[in-house]
Amino acid sequence: MPASPPPAPISPKVVLFVTCLVDLMRPSVGFAAVKLLEDAGCRVEVPSAQTCCGQPAWNSGDSADAATVARGLIAAFEPFDYVVAPSGSCAGMIRVHYPELFADDPDWAPRARALAAKTHELISFLVDVRGLTRVAARLAATAFYHDSCSGLRELGVKRQPRALLATVAGLELREGREAETCCGFGGLFCVKYPDVSTGIADVKTADIAATGADLVLGGDMGCLMNIAGRLRRQGSTAAVRHVAEVLADVTAVPPIAGT
Amino acid sequence: MDSTARRFEDNARTALDSPTLQAALAKLADGFPRRRREAAERLPEFEELRDAARAIKEHVLDHLDLYLETFERRVTENGGEVHWCRDAQEARETILDICRRVGARTVTKSKTMIGEEIAINDYLEENGIRPVETDLGEYIIQLRREPPSHIIAPAIHLSLGEVAETFRKSHTHLAPERALNEPDALLAEARAKLRPDFLTADVGITGANMLIAETGSNVLVTNEGNADLTHTLPRVHIVIASIEKIVPTLEDATTVLRVLARSATGQDVTVYTSFCSGPRRPGDPDGPDEYHVVLLDNGRARLLETEFRDILRCIRCGACLNHCPVYRAVGGHAYGWVYSGPMGAVLIPALLGTHEARHLPNASTLCGRCESVCPMRIPLPRMLRAWRERLHRERRTGWLARIGLAAWAFVAARPRLYRRLTAPLVRALGNLAGARRRFRVLPFLGGWTATRDFPAPEGETFMTLWAESDRGRTKP
Repeated sequence: MPASPPPAPISPKVVLFVTCLVDLMRPSVGFAAVKLLEDAGCRVEVPSAQTCCGQPAWNSGDSADAATVARGLIAAFEPFDYVVAPSGSCAGMIRVHYPELFADDPDWAPRARALAAKTHELISFLVDVRGLTRVAARLAATAFYHDSCSGLRELGVKRQPRALLATVAGLELREGREAETCCGFGGLFCVKYPDVSTGIADVKTADIAATGADLVLGGDMGCLMNIAGRLRRQGSTAAVRHVAEVLADVTAVPPIAGT
Repeated sequence: MDSTARRFEDNARTALDSPTLQAALAKLADGFPRRRREAAERLPEFEELRDAARAIKEHVLDHLDLYLETFERRVTENGGEVHWCRDAQEARETILDICRRVGARTVTKSKTMIGEEIAINDYLEENGIRPVETDLGEYIIQLRREPPSHIIAPAIHLSLGEVAETFRKSHTHLAPERALNEPDALLAEARAKLRPDFLTADVGITGANMLIAETGSNVLVTNEGNADLTHTLPRVHIVIASIEKIVPTLEDATTVLRVLARSATGQDVTVYTSFCSGPRRPGDPDGPDEYHVVLLDNGRARLLETEFRDILRCIRCGACLNHCPVYRAVGGHAYGWVYSGPMGAVLIPALLGTHEARHLPNASTLCGRCESVCPMRIPLPRMLRAWRERLHRERRTGWLARIGLAAWAFVAARPRLYRRLTAPLVRALGNLAGARRRFRVLPFLGGWTATRDFPAPEGETFMTLWAESDRGRTKP
């Protein structure tokens, strides 16, 4: 849930937290995010002293290692008005879990809380903070939007991407019956318990198939890689993309895991 | 009951490979969540009720000793007796002693998860006493000698056909042409079979959805009415309940009841809600001669001072199971013990230890849907994480995973090193993937590629491209 932000600067200095999966797997999403943020009047910077939010360690119960990684990120991002990530999961890590991670650390707790308060998931930032109501994009497709769990339940990301997607020319959005059900990714869970993860993914891909959508969109690379990987293995031809690509109208790159 | 929680992975595979189980789970996932949502939407104050119910249990946990002692005093005043039991063995012996003293041969039972926790059926049988489950679901799994797979729907893992087959095997009087293909027919058959047991049982054992300190009552909710026959017909009524079931007042109990059925089955209220407050008084038309409450701790009191205290608010509605993607995929038996789903994955390590249950807190995507529907707002994902924290501290995670995480953290905390290592790797993978943009097999990622293609990276990292573009010059 976006807390009420401080009065928004006219042209805020926004740091793009690229996130490790976008950095390594799909830089196009990062450039799409930069475009969307700049179109929304932000000055975007990408400090090079960023890697990962520390979530793999945090969710493995290794808070010492998570804190090591998190401290670097806090220091790198502190000078900016906002931190924006094209991922509900990574933004949720900073926003919800950094304050927990440093709760017992008197030096870092205030810094973690301050960073948490100005960190946002990309699409909800555009809509809720920057007041974006429409985008100039076009894509002829029938799309299924997957609500990633962290974005949905930790940050309240649900109507914002749908509101902007509704303004994409040529795009029809179809709701699944289980849009709010997890896709089975779960970070390291998907390789620690691959059978269970696949069982969960199958519910998701069946839901996608039932809508007849030819495009799957979402706000988190982890979920999208999982869904795309399972769809391809099942022989589905539905394309999978990050929602920022469609909203920024940069869909020339092949979809995730090809077609 | 014996635990197979340590074999979660094998249990899960078996479950995933069972078409009948998968069909049953699909039905469950389709029904319960929708009915809960509709019930919640029908009641404008549902969210406020959740807060109120949560506050009641929080207050109880702050003053648990006070309310338990008040409860005991009331029960005693009402002519009943409270038996404090530290663990399962004490509870079993207490129950057996009562049964022996009254010369019990047959014991009827209505659904009790604590009964499963202390494996009372096996214990009574070993000692020559016949326990008869009277809840239809429990009756079915008793015939099959299976544990429950869901805390409110114990036989949810079975198809109608499997139930009919079970009945034919054990109800040997059945004519082959007797139709058993409808739920009503099965219910009628179970009723006919159970009636004589209801009438001849010497002792009736029930669980308790709540214990009310103010009145010394136990509260039972059912949809079949079997609990009422279990506690009114026999001479002796034994309630088995764990200590956190207490609420202060009758009024508090009604608040909890208003969220319980809605969260569980989507009913506004269950078909039967019974309050038993002791043995039959002079002038009462019915009721038992003796009323006993077996109060079980079994490791719960020590949770009060831990990060797992919140699980003691659980009212066993099953909503977290019904909304859990892992439960939906593997069902209740995979968890290997009495409880399952998110509440089970939090409670089982507390009751059986992290050695036995180390998989359960890990086998979760932490998707958070359980917490979003929990009527008592129990932060289940946070507690699953807390167990992982403990497992990590106790070094119960694999050494490879530990070294991997430490190495990853070392690199991730050094952005320049991180980039020197990652950029060539993703470039190589990007080139290797070719036009298909995915891999069917990747070394070290067999867990992924056994069932899923692995998407190819685009090739260059964002940071490389950003640094190469003129945008990279504006480094802070």
